Amino acid sequence: MQTWSLVSICVLLAIIARWGVSLNSYSGAGKPPMFGDYEAQRHWQEVTYNLPIQEWYFNTTNNDLNYWGLDYPPLTAYHSWICAYIAKTINPEWVELHKSRGYESTQHKLFMRMTVLVADLLIYIPAVVLYCLYLTDGSSKKKVSIMFCFLLYPGLILIDYGHFQYNGVSLGFALWGILALGLGWDVLGSMAFSLALNYKQMELYHALPFFCYLLGKCIKTGLIGRGLFLLVRIGVTVLATFALCWLPFLAEPSQAMQVVRRIFPVARGLFEDKVANTWCSLNTLIKIKSILSGDSQLYLSLACTLLAVLPSCIRLLTKPTFWHFKLALVSVFGIQHWAVFKPTGLKCNEICYACPFLVFVCSMLPLFLKDGLLVPYIVTSLGFLFFSIYLLSALDHCSEDKLRLGAYNKLFYCLFIPWGNHFLHFYISIAAMVGLSIATAVLIPPPHLPDLFPVLVSTTAFLHFLGTFIHFNVVQFSEPPSRKSQKKSN
Amino acid sequence: PEPSSAAGWASVIRRISLEVRFGAARSTDFEVHRNWLAITHSLPVSRWYYENTSEWTLDYPPLFAWFELGLSQVARRFDANMLQVENLNYASPATVLFQRLSVIVTDVVFIYAARECCRCVREPKGSRDVLSRPSFVLAVLLLWNFGLLVVDHIHFQYNGFLFGFLLLSVAKHLQSQHLQGALLFAFLLNLKHIYLYVAPAYGVYLLRSYCFAQDNKDGSVRWSSFSPLRLLALGAIVTSVCALSFGPFIAMGQLPQVLSRLFPFKRGLCHAYWAPNIWALYNVLDKSLAVLGVRLKLLEEAELPPASMTGGLVQEFEHSVLPSVTPAVTLVCTLLSILPAVASIWLRPHGAQGFLRCLLLCALGCFMFGWHVHEKAILIAILPLSILAVESREDAGIFLILTTTGHYSLFPLLFTPAELPIKVVLMLMFTIFSFTALRKLHSAQGSLLHPLEVIYLLGLVAVAIACEVVFPLSPWQQRLPFLPLLVTSVYCAMGVCYAFLRLYASLLLRREEKPKQL
Repeated sequence: MQTWSLVSICVLLAIIARWGVSLNSYSGAGKPPMFGDYEAQRHWQEVTYNLPIQEWYFNTTNNDLNYWGLDYPPLTAYHSWICAYIAKTINPEWVELHKSRGYESTQHKLFMRMTVLVADLLIYIPAVVLYCLYLTDGSSKKKVSIMFCFLLYPGLILIDYGHFQYNGVSLGFALWGILALGLGWDVLGSMAFSLALNYKQMELYHALPFFCYLLGKCIKTGLIGRGLFLLVRIGVTVLATFALCWLPFLAEPSQAMQVVRRIFPVARGLFEDKVANTWCSLNTLIKIKSILSGDSQLYLSLACTLLAVLPSCIRLLTKPTFWHFKLALVSVFGIQHWAVFKPTGLKCNEICYACPFLVFVCSMLPLFLKDGLLVPYIVTSLGFLFFSIYLLSALDHCSEDKLRLGAYNKLFYCLFIPWGNHFLHFYISIAAMVGLSIATAVLIPPPHLPDLFPVLVSTTAFLHFLGTFIHFNVVQFSEPPSRKSQKKSN
Repeated sequence: PEPSSAAGWASVIRRISLEVRFGAARSTDFEVHRNWLAITHSLPVSRWYYENTSEWTLDYPPLFAWFELGLSQVARRFDANMLQVENLNYASPATVLFQRLSVIVTDVVFIYAARECCRCVREPKGSRDVLSRPSFVLAVLLLWNFGLLVVDHIHFQYNGFLFGFLLLSVAKHLQSQHLQGALLFAFLLNLKHIYLYVAPAYGVYLLRSYCFAQDNKDGSVRWSSFSPLRLLALGAIVTSVCALSFGPFIAMGQLPQVLSRLFPFKRGLCHAYWAPNIWALYNVLDKSLAVLGVRLKLLEEAELPPASMTGGLVQEFEHSVLPSVTPAVTLVCTLLSILPAVASIWLRPHGAQGFLRCLLLCALGCFMFGWHVHEKAILIAILPLSILAVESREDAGIFLILTTTGHYSLFPLLFTPAELPIKVVLMLMFTIFSFTALRKLHSAQGSLLHPLEVIYLLGLVAVAIACEVVFPLSPWQQRLPFLPLLVTSVYCAMGVCYAFLRLYASLLLRREEKPKQL
């Protein structure tokens, strides 16, 4: 069958999956007084539509920053404004200042879900389709399979269409950036990524690989002459994009500072809600929160983050190929779990990688349970697992050589039990995930350990992250494979 | 074969996810089946067909009632309260879960039947990639049929289960296992009597091609080869199944009551939403003549009966200008419409393929001319036509027209805004697949559709946009709320009529082919 028809059918299936999850509950449904992320987004529409720009990030009588104050960069605010404009034409009650707090109705829910779907259709899905068709290798059927699995990734669907967020927009922009870089359009790529950064500050995690790759590329082309010219062009583009996005806030320095203060709330602690990162897992062993002060925690986390990504970024600086760039992006993800979604597609061509990604989804199960999204979680995860196993393993048999597990295995031989067959590893992980999911959903934890299951889930996920992180670092430092499509490595 | 099983598994996931995400308890059919679970579980057999606490009385044949009885034994473990007859509109989460699960589980029959049908399809020589093999295409066309997904899993019915029996019976006949086919059809008929539509095809085919073991050289019947044994076997099968189903009721003398429940002719000529058949066109003609007559001062407005046909209620009414249609008239029209098809397989049988074609024509004929036809009945024609579509180019063309219009005519079943993206996306998916897959299958023999047919199908898109998007936002929404339904009915009726005529042409004009021996 022709590729375009296969692609359209896969995209349509992905849309159905998304809309299906949409019809379920959202975060904070029916839970006054604060509700949840859904209400936060609705509130931002209310604020951006009714108040002048200068007041958006400030604490005024009309804008109570304690009730879901804006804490994303300006592009999110503009997006909310556009949605509010449309909401006002349909039903002004949805965005009435003050009066619409906690507004919940089926119509409104449909509207909000629609905004997420439209944003996805415009930004994220085209990026995925183009990326998979142009920057992955293999037959067209394999590309479509990868694209399909990528689109079906439960994490993004459940968070965006269940819990309610707009991660698709920022990830979409970042993916456009990666796509552009992969095709050699560095300036456009940096512009796209700047847009992503201006949408959600969490993309900063990916900024370092971008920076190192582009810098490395400029250095390689020669710092005098073409390299410098490229550097200047990229720099100007990035600055111009930022300036455009921040334009209304650049009139007064206090405006810009306030926005920065809102975006980077250093007053928050190291971890919220038992996220699956280093600190949470470490906290089970050493009570970090009680040992260190708030500021020290912050510096410690910053230092550790930088240290963790440093090896891969340095490698990227010295060898700025697209292959290394992709690997660096994946290495960076161990730090914050939201930023995980993008690597899925980058490495989806090997079935074994589907496993850690599913583990990430599992690590968010406590959140889904809170939102009432257990059933969509089960269905989407099973669907993803089925399709990735059926489509990807049928097309591509993982060989140990391909994964360069040799070095990896040697490393682990010293530390842990040798894994042997990596498929065994895969099935063990899946089993662990299933077990933990069932436990979290069904069993009641013992009274003296009320957060037993979320912590267990976080720790398991962290172990997987760690393993994958080490693996990708190892891979990055070995030679890239001699593949036919090395034409992209410029 | 491996690809069809993959399609099968994928469709299971699709069904489960559709059920789970979109299954809405507010569909009336949901309450209908819950009520029947309650009736069969809580009341003695003698009261089943007399019970009318709820408006949704038992109007399927007794075998289905036994089936519901079996289901109710399982239902008891989920939520015993749903089995109280007085609990009208009871829809606890456990109830919804049970009902939805029951549809998914009984769909296993359908998946098995689809697999059997795929085995009957001829594979052309030469290696092809999986996606272009006829059996795979058929598997997807059957398992991912938009109409079935929408009707069963979103709207709630057991059609998957029932169509499984129909397709399995057809597959058995295609594989020349006629007794099994007859048995399955007997079961089917006793599960849902709408399949009476296709009973003439079965009757005549089995009589002609099975009871008369051999044909003459020119294809006419060889009277001497009549085999009473075979006739007896068939008769035994049919009577035993009917006895199993109706037996207790005949013993209690309740047969007239059962029959009156099964065939409620008090309902109007058309369902609340007109099925796209001849009577929809007839109604529109009548209405337009009436309006024209009033405009031209040929009729008095006061003489006309009030606008009850478009009132959306199921009741008897009269036509204003053209003669009114009674059940007897529809019966005669239906019989006349299927007579040529049935006669054709008597006089010039073409084996199981001819039987399938006749089955389709009977289904379509009854759909076109029947009394109080539901638009869902179009699926009885669409699903078996899939089998023919993957084998012949001409049938593929007819299939595309019938399927697209038939499926589009199901759109009014899902009318809430939340379901709009689902039905549009599902329909797009199925349409894209059917067009591209069938075109690839028959690419060697030219294009599938005539340009005029393409224009007609594109017109469907315009109708869809007008009805779903433009109309709700226009001022006519208050005054003429049934206008989109009417437009949908009429436009689809034209497509369905056209497909009917073309199918007839393909059957009657096949005389030059050599009739196959059984």
